[in-house]
Amino acid sequence: METTSRDDFVIAIRSALLKKGNKQRFSLIFLIFFSLVILTLARINFVGIDYLKIGIREAVYRSSFIVSTPENYLKESYKKIKKHFFVYKDFLKIESELKKIKSKQISDSYIIEENKRLKKIIDDYLIDTDEILAKTLIDKKSPFLRSIIINKGSKNNVKLGMAALDDKYLVGKVVEVNYMTSRILLLSDLNSKIPVSIEPGSYQSIVSGTGEEFGVLQYLKEDYPITENNLVYTSGSGGIFKAGIPIGKIKSINENNKKTIEFFSDFSQLRFIKIVSFQKELDNE
Amino acid sequence: MNKFSKTNIFSKLLLNAPIIILFLSVLNEFDFNYLGIKYFSFNFPFILIFFWSLKKSESLGYGLIFIAGLFNDVILGLPIGISSFSYLVICGFAGYLKNITLRQSLLKDWLFFLITILAVTSLMYSILVLFFSVSLDYNDILVNLLFTFLFYVIFANIFELYLKLVFGKSNV
Repeated sequence: METTSRDDFVIAIRSALLKKGNKQRFSLIFLIFFSLVILTLARINFVGIDYLKIGIREAVYRSSFIVSTPENYLKESYKKIKKHFFVYKDFLKIESELKKIKSKQISDSYIIEENKRLKKIIDDYLIDTDEILAKTLIDKKSPFLRSIIINKGSKNNVKLGMAALDDKYLVGKVVEVNYMTSRILLLSDLNSKIPVSIEPGSYQSIVSGTGEEFGVLQYLKEDYPITENNLVYTSGSGGIFKAGIPIGKIKSINENNKKTIEFFSDFSQLRFIKIVSFQKELDNE
Repeated sequence: MNKFSKTNIFSKLLLNAPIIILFLSVLNEFDFNYLGIKYFSFNFPFILIFFWSLKKSESLGYGLIFIAGLFNDVILGLPIGISSFSYLVICGFAGYLKNITLRQSLLKDWLFFLITILAVTSLMYSILVLFFSVSLDYNDILVNLLFTFLFYVIFANIFELYLKLVFGKSNV
């Protein structure tokens, strides 16, 4: 009796995996095996797999952009309608903020110029070069990765490691470059680690993504006097980004001293991205 | 003649709708994050592949499922081959259920679907974490699994209706 049920199991498995179904060109087991071979080759960075990826990427990114058009239209309409409900409330808030910013800007301009002068003296003054404006093609929120695809690639001089900015705020870095498209790994991704400086105090730390809309500070001594609303900037360590690009502010500190960061940029609203690299200003004097 | 060719294209579209929807869902963003519902996400390709492999496997060619998986990996930035592998394993589970079941019922399919997605996602998670050192949020994946499981019954009813209308099949 036991043998019979085992036989049934084996027959069912063999039938499901080995037999080519009606109108099927390949058996399931062959394709599963083939997927595993591709995965293994990808793991050992086999060159052929890179070519396969490059071949698929360009076509797929463009197709995805076209296919997503109706949903993007709905998304935009939804956001517009939502914004219209809060116009007056937002206007009052923005008006009062603008007044504060205008007065602060006047006092800041002196400090900025002084800072530039001092940085030039210690040869640490970096300027934005190769500024490339790109449009977001795909913004797919996946439980596995937080990244976006933009419509600029190696054809437009996009290079690996360049910073991605939303206006003045850092949102991520370029991790994949194709001929006409690139992938930006967002700061919110679990695999994103950016060296930062927390102001006031210039405390050095690492911002790590959480997969959510906020980040966390890592490798920071517990006794530093960091409080909520302290600002987080890039530190420039590692030489990837220049120092002082705004990232976010400390949102909360819980009882385990875990510090979460609210990013200045809303990663779900990224339509246009600035891709920049940094280098020292050439002194023409 | 013209009317005939139009009807022919339309009927071909209807017959191939599952694979077309699979490719659209893989290429589309389909994420609903703009609604601001925290954690809300579900894996529509899992539902579609399981249902159609179970009810009418010839509607989804294994080769095309494999290609859809490759597209999904490219869009999501996952190691290439991982989605193809998971989609095909789902086909395997569905094929097994089809072979061992004499009289199908939605409840049985639903429960078996849960086992399938748990097994497939565990495999995916293990491969990504162990072999590709990708950091993943366990909660995100669990919530995604939960919604995928809950939504199966809704989509299964819609697909069942489609099966009856287009192929004239009942749930037997």
